[in-house]
Amino acid sequence: MKSIFQAAILILLVSGILIFINHELNEGGSSGKNTITVYNWGEYIDPDLLKQFEEETGIKVIYETFDSNEGMMGKIEQGGTSYDITAPSEYMVEMMAEKNLLLPLDYSKIPNIKHIDPYFLDLPFDPKNKYSVPYFWGTVGIAYNPTLLEGQTFESWDSLWDPTLKQRVILVDSARETVGMSLNSLGYSLNSTNLDELREATDKLKALTPNVKAVIGDEVTQLMVNNEAAISLTWSGQAADMMYENDDINYVVPEEGSNLWFDNFVIPRTAKNIEGAHAFLNFMLDPEVAAQNADYVGYSTPNLSALELMDPEVVEDERFYPDEETRSHLEVYKNLGLELLGVYNELFLEFKMNLR
Amino acid sequence: MTRDLNLMERLPMKNNRLRSIYSVPYAAWILLFVLAPIALIVYYSFFDLTGNFTLSNYRNFFTSVYLQLTTSSFWYAFLITLFSLLIAYPTAYFITKTKHKQLWLLLIIIPSWINLLLKTYAFIGLMGLYGPLNALLEVVGIGKQQILFTDFSFVFVSVYIFIPFMILPIFNALDKLNPALIDASRDLGANSWTTFKRVVWPLTINGVKSGIQVVFIPALSLFMITRLIAGNKVITLGTAIEQQFLVTQNWGMGSTIAVFLILFMFIIMLFTTGKERGATGNGKNR
Repeated sequence: MKSIFQAAILILLVSGILIFINHELNEGGSSGKNTITVYNWGEYIDPDLLKQFEEETGIKVIYETFDSNEGMMGKIEQGGTSYDITAPSEYMVEMMAEKNLLLPLDYSKIPNIKHIDPYFLDLPFDPKNKYSVPYFWGTVGIAYNPTLLEGQTFESWDSLWDPTLKQRVILVDSARETVGMSLNSLGYSLNSTNLDELREATDKLKALTPNVKAVIGDEVTQLMVNNEAAISLTWSGQAADMMYENDDINYVVPEEGSNLWFDNFVIPRTAKNIEGAHAFLNFMLDPEVAAQNADYVGYSTPNLSALELMDPEVVEDERFYPDEETRSHLEVYKNLGLELLGVYNELFLEFKMNLR
Repeated sequence: MTRDLNLMERLPMKNNRLRSIYSVPYAAWILLFVLAPIALIVYYSFFDLTGNFTLSNYRNFFTSVYLQLTTSSFWYAFLITLFSLLIAYPTAYFITKTKHKQLWLLLIIIPSWINLLLKTYAFIGLMGLYGPLNALLEVVGIGKQQILFTDFSFVFVSVYIFIPFMILPIFNALDKLNPALIDASRDLGANSWTTFKRVVWPLTINGVKSGIQVVFIPALSLFMITRLIAGNKVITLGTAIEQQFLVTQNWGMGSTIAVFLILFMFIIMLFTTGKERGATGNGKNR
C-alpha cells in the first residue's frame, strides 16, 4: 500500500513538472493568449510558414489536420471546437454556407486578395467570395510509372480497363472520385444525378475489379514512390509529391474530362480569434508566402503574383497548370445533397464488396 | 468473497445502505456509458436523412449490400478467430509448462501495448514488394509475391493483433487446471488424446469461450486494417458504420448497422458464456 502511494505521488510530481515545463515553453515567443487554431488537410502547408507567421504577428498557431471534407464539417457542426481557420473544398464551402457554419469575410483586412487570379474568384460555389478565399486548386487524374509498365499511356480513362493491367491499378478510397472517374469514362457528367447512369458507371467499375490492386488513401504516395505500385487514380498535388521523390512517375488528366477542384480557406462561425484569422488569411495570400507554400505542397496556387516568383518550369507545366481551354473541359463538383451522396457511397461500397 | 458476504448478511440494516452506496458508480457507469448510448443508437436508427421517423433504414439493411457485408464480416471474423485459437491454445499450453511462465506470458503481451496503428504501418513495410518478407521468399526461391492487399495479409495481421487476447484466458484456464486430474486420467488408462479430449479440453472450455468472445466481436467491426492492409478488398461492418457517419452523414443508416452489430454481439455472448459454469472448478474457484 505504501509503495503504491509513493508511486502515485511520484507520477503526479513528474506530470506536474512536465505540465509546468510545457506551459513555460509555450509562453516563450508568443504574447499571452493570442492564438489561432488552424484546421487543415494533412501535409497541406509548409510548416516554416507557420513559424514565420508567428514571428511576424506574435500570434501563436495551433495546427490540426483532417482527411475528409465530411469529417471536418462533422466536427465543426458538433461544436465543442473553436477552429479559427479551416480549408473545405468548393462543394463543402457551399454546404457549410447553407448550414450557416461560416462567417462572412472582411476584405478590408485581406488586401492581398488582389494577387489572386480573377479566374478563381466569384465562382458559383461562393458568389463574390463572401465566405472563402482560394488556397489551392488542382485536378484528378492518373499517376503512372512508365518504367514498370509496357508502354501503356493513359490519355483515356478506358486504358485503366486494359486486360494486361491485372492487379496494377490503385484507386482512391473516395466515392465521388472513383464513381466520378467511371462516369467520365462513359462520357457522363461526374455530377450525374441520373440513377441509370450511376448504375451503368458502377457496373463498369465492377468490370475493373481484376485490375484493382487496392483502394486506399494517402498511403498510395509511398507505394508509388517505392515502385510498389505502377498506376494510381489520384489528385494532381499528390502526383506532384510522388514525382518529386520519384522522377519516373508521370501524371495525366485523361481526355474524357475529369474533376477540377478548389480548396479554400474559411472562418467557421465558432471561431474565437476572428482578427487573428483574417491576419492569417492575408499572410497566406502574400505572393512570396504563397510561392514558397506552393513549392512545398506541390498543388497549384491561384495566386498570380506568386506564379511570377516561382520556377517557370513548374508554372508552365501543363499537367499542373492546365490552360483555360483545358480547364473548360473539366468539371467542378456540385453539392449533390446528402441523399445522392448516400447513393454514390452505397454504389461505391457495392463496388468494394465486389473486390477480391 | 463468501466470507465477506456472510459478514454482511449478519448486518442487514447497514448492508442495504452500504450496498446501495457501493452500487452508485456502477449504476452511473452502466447508465451513462452503456444503456444511454445503446438507446441513442436505437433511437437514431429510426430516422432518415431529413429527420423523419421511418423504418426504411431497416428495409435498406435487408435489401442492399449490407446483408452481403454482414456475411463477409462474419466469414473473416470466423477465420481470424479460428487461426487465433489454433495458434493460441498450443502456445498457452506450452507457456504453462515453462519454468518462468509469467515472463513468457509477459513477452507475448507486451506488443499489445503498442498502438495498433503503428503496428499496422509496420506491416505495410514488412509485406511490401521490396520488404523483408518478399526478400526472404526470393532467397527461398519462391520469388516475389503480392502479399499486401490480399485476404492472407488481412487475416495474418488481424490474427497477430488479436492473439494475446486469445492466449490470456486460455492460459489462465490451463494454469488453474489441477495437474492431479491429468495424472488420475492417465492412471485410469486414458491415452494422451483421450485425456485431452475428456479432461483438459472440457476443463478449459470456458477460457476458450472467453477468448473467442474477445477476438470474434472486435474482429466483426475491424476497420482501418481493412484499408491499410487489405486495400478495402475486405470490408467489415465497422467500415460501413464509419462511412455512414463520417462520409455520408447518414446517422440513421449508420445507427441501423450498429444496432445489428450490437445484436450480433449479444448473440455471440449468449453462445460463449454461461451454461457450463464451474467447469474450471478445482475447488479454488468457488
